[in-house]
Amino acid sequence: MEFKVFDLGLVDFYRAWNFQKEIFQKVKNGSLESGLIFCRHYPVITLGRLADKRNILLSRQELTKRDIAVYEIERGGDVTYHGPGQLVAYPVFNLARRKKDIRLFLRELEGIAIASLAEFGIEAARLKGLTGVWVGKAKIVSIGIAIRKWISFHGLSLNIEKNDLGNFRLIRPCGMDIEMTSLETILGRKAEFALLKKCMARKFKEAMQ
Amino acid sequence: MTKVVLPELGEGIEKATISYWYFKEGEKVNERDDLVELATDKATFNLPSPASGALGQIFFHEGDTVPVGEVLATIDTLDKA
Repeated sequence: MEFKVFDLGLVDFYRAWNFQKEIFQKVKNGSLESGLIFCRHYPVITLGRLADKRNILLSRQELTKRDIAVYEIERGGDVTYHGPGQLVAYPVFNLARRKKDIRLFLRELEGIAIASLAEFGIEAARLKGLTGVWVGKAKIVSIGIAIRKWISFHGLSLNIEKNDLGNFRLIRPCGMDIEMTSLETILGRKAEFALLKKCMARKFKEAMQ
Repeated sequence: MTKVVLPELGEGIEKATISYWYFKEGEKVNERDDLVELATDKATFNLPSPASGALGQIFFHEGDTVPVGEVLATIDTLDKA
């Protein structure tokens, strides 16, 4: 499957959400086979469809004070946080051209993240019964998707910088008490976004062949 | 009358949770209109209406978890004009 890569850079969640919908329409009407959107977000908390609002541990006023927006969105999963220290990838893929299997696609996304992290010498893995990617017992990649007409959107976020991790304490990520980690935490040095993006785009390409 | 059935969603997915009905009982729907949104643990998806007509009875409501193969609702297909 071919896909076009878009790089939005550091972007407001709402803008990137709208951009996803634009790309979705193009994939739906056939003017684009599939698209892969990379971006980073300003601090934002998003609630998936079955999210429990109690998993946000701060009041809306407190969050506003800290300049953290909150959106209820159509992806699966509970609550998550996004910030500038994460790389976010939104695959807007026409799954009808591959296999109509939601769980398989989730496992593929995990596989892509695991293969990308391996390029940085990090041994990451799946945890049985849970979606996402983990290093030891700490989570490094969060995943939540939506599928309409067998076209996917939303996707995965990979923690790169450790500065952002503190904001995960404002929520119970995915409704669980879990520890989050980042590339920087594990490597003990800064990792380049550009390098990771390039690497992940390649792994997406390999996986979608 | 046509039954709206929760289809196979791929290996390992045995159930899904109703997250949103796009129509109310009695409302007119067209075949392939998005009828209901469902959620599994990390994904959401829409089920299109299998027929044109009026949404008959809804058996499962928002927040209910439903096994694959279960009938979610009925579509009362319109009589010939």
